[in-house]
Amino acid sequence: MSALLELSGITKTFGGVAALRAVDFSLAAGEIHGLVGENGAGKSTLMKIIAGVHAEYQGEMRLDGHSVTFASPRDARARGIGMVHQELSVVPDLSVAENVHLGAQPVHRFGMIDWRGMRRSAAAHLANLGIDVDPRTRMGSLPLGLQQLVEVARVLFSGARLIILDEPTSALAPPEVERLFGLLRRLRDAGKSIVFISHFLDDVLAICDRVTVFRNGQAVATEACAQVDKRWVIDRMIGTGHEELEESYLAAIQLHSQSDAKLVLQVQGLTRAGAYRDVSLCVRSGEVLGIYGFLGSGQLELARALFGVLPADLGQIMVDGRVVRLSSTTRARRAGMAFLPESRRLMLFGTEPVFKNATIAILDRVDRLWLRPSIERGIAGGHVRQLRIRPPDVGRALGTLSGGNQQKVALAKWLTHLPRVLVLSEPTRGMDVGAKDDVVKIVRGLREQGIAIVVVSTEPETVLSLADRILVMKKGSVVREFADEPVSKDRLLEVA
Amino acid sequence: MSGMPKIAAVPRGSALDWLRGQLRNVAPFATLIVLVAFFWASSDSFATFGNLENILTQISVTGIIAVGLTFVILCSEIDLSVASIANATGIVVAYFTVQDASVSIANIPLPGWAAILIALAACFALGAVNAFGLTRIGIPSFIMTLAMLQIAAGICALLVRGQIAYTVPPLVLTLGSHSIGPVPWIVIVTALFLLVGHVVLTYTRFGRYVYMTGGNREAAEYSGVNVRAILSSVMIISAVCSGVAGMLGVAYFGSAQQNEFDTYLLDSISAVVVGGTSLFGGQGGIGNTIIGLFVLGVLNNGLDHINIDSFLKILIRGLILLVALVINVYAQRMRTARHG
Repeated sequence: MSALLELSGITKTFGGVAALRAVDFSLAAGEIHGLVGENGAGKSTLMKIIAGVHAEYQGEMRLDGHSVTFASPRDARARGIGMVHQELSVVPDLSVAENVHLGAQPVHRFGMIDWRGMRRSAAAHLANLGIDVDPRTRMGSLPLGLQQLVEVARVLFSGARLIILDEPTSALAPPEVERLFGLLRRLRDAGKSIVFISHFLDDVLAICDRVTVFRNGQAVATEACAQVDKRWVIDRMIGTGHEELEESYLAAIQLHSQSDAKLVLQVQGLTRAGAYRDVSLCVRSGEVLGIYGFLGSGQLELARALFGVLPADLGQIMVDGRVVRLSSTTRARRAGMAFLPESRRLMLFGTEPVFKNATIAILDRVDRLWLRPSIERGIAGGHVRQLRIRPPDVGRALGTLSGGNQQKVALAKWLTHLPRVLVLSEPTRGMDVGAKDDVVKIVRGLREQGIAIVVVSTEPETVLSLADRILVMKKGSVVREFADEPVSKDRLLEVA
Repeated sequence: MSGMPKIAAVPRGSALDWLRGQLRNVAPFATLIVLVAFFWASSDSFATFGNLENILTQISVTGIIAVGLTFVILCSEIDLSVASIANATGIVVAYFTVQDASVSIANIPLPGWAAILIALAACFALGAVNAFGLTRIGIPSFIMTLAMLQIAAGICALLVRGQIAYTVPPLVLTLGSHSIGPVPWIVIVTALFLLVGHVVLTYTRFGRYVYMTGGNREAAEYSGVNVRAILSSVMIISAVCSGVAGMLGVAYFGSAQQNEFDTYLLDSISAVVVGGTSLFGGQGGIGNTIIGLFVLGVLNNGLDHINIDSFLKILIRGLILLVALVINVYAQRMRTARHG
């Protein structure tokens, strides 16, 4: 195989932190090459370098044997490198033909758009790729799977020889995945090169010729897919026990569920179109239920349904045996629900002092009509001491605190009058080890007080460090429950 | 966010830093002082007790409207229908009052208290329609209240049909155009509205919700604050304040007719914004609005005292508003830079 693209010794640092360390990577013409690795392992950074997003890096990139540097994504496109993002960049209100020609509509003399020519060439191009879509259809009316195929067609139409697909199968149902794979195989046979980035290892092994595994900014292994299995890939992804931080999660953790405690939260047949289907679960008093899945598996939307932000279309939610209708956040709060979203921006008022942030959710229980700031400061002061929030100044603007301390303030909002159910979305993402430990301790403390806790995350470590029982979600459905059994990170990755 | 700890580690507050943070409060106040000093120096008739009373009276109708508008702008919404609702409410109260025989409006005379109640109900209802459109249907307030501007103007037109009504209920007449001793009642009413508005915003739970909703609407929502109810309330408060201003305004002008409040839309928005209340919500308050009212009042009044081309006045007011907007946006940017 002759190499179309060759990268050697690529190193990329962000503010002193190495995202990529001396990575070598090669892509043959007519090859589908899988890239796998955990979040932050470096695969997206590498792709951004290839696609011209990051222009500053060390190392050499060779295309067709010639050394190249891309100053911009436009530069990379001009050299035949196309990218299809997880969030498609189609224009839903335009027709399929217009989307295929996006940015390069054919024109008559005098600059008028040649509509008929555009439809004809789009139809020919789509037929050539075996994509059965009427070019006059409005893009937004197509199912997601077809939109994606059209986007691939668009990238090819603009002259790409090398296509990077980022998580192409995360939102697709099995028949749609098959259709995508059919197209990719035809492209490969026609000599195009494809980089396939995915968390879905089964998909990677099914379609790719070779796979490269990333860990901690390094390409740790490249192998022909025919030679390896999922187990081999997972072992390379999470290392063999030498990484100090990961270590504790490699050993299996024994789960203990509290089967005799009172049922607090019961969810039955919860469905929201395009996000999750027929999810049923229950959480007992003093139990932490972890819900794990890759990004786009529906668990983040599920968490929002439990707090009335994105109500479900179908299904029933019960708290303490009573059916509740969670159609707004106010209703959810009154029903005893509490929610900590994954983004602090959704939770906190940066310019307001700490104490106002800490009491906003319980204000109606502190004051009737008139505010009583001294009581509020007292309440906030208690949380600051208990959660060791630094600096211990409740009058300080929240935005001046560090991320971990802001997260503690966000938690403190729900601690004054304890909720019945606390839903935490990515509670430890982006935190340093110390702050993570603090959050874990706080959650354990709440569990002791009999609260039912739901932790949703895309990071296996988060659910493993917190949960008593774990559900794994995949493409909107619960696919596996782990209870009263040993579970480890590689087991989670295997079923997800 | 990742840069925040470094900033926190820097010892807080050189005087300059503090001043920068207070830009939104300091700039309007400095403007006011400069304007007063300028007019004082250039005109003998400006700095007199009688003229102070003039200024206070001149800003009263704007002031009452601006109280309601402050609530709306603090929530980072806008109400373009205030002047139109004021006009409609003023006409409604006259419509239900006995008019002089020379006025040929097909009106329905009622006792004064009934006319006032109907007028209050009318402005409340118009505000409720604004609230419904904004929070239930999801029409942006800018467009919703633009439609309401037209609707209220239509109500005015239908009720008076090009005529002019002169009589209003006695209570409205007293509050709008009489004085108690040297102080006009309308100034007292305005002061009361400003005071109540300030107390509600600063010392009540509702006021806190208004600031939090304006500061970060999503965070308010995610904290279980009933954001829809807060937004509905501020739209209704704004309409009722406008209605009261409209009734007193009609008494103050001595007549009720179409389009007589048209300039008050720009004036009341200017007062709130010139005073330094953030267009992005969550920052500012009635204190700022008071300063803004005085800046506009002193400017309008002062320009009459120093022989100036009256056509130039309009341009000057536009420029002052532009400068205020620039300061407003910069103040916001500095806060964001400081607090992430």
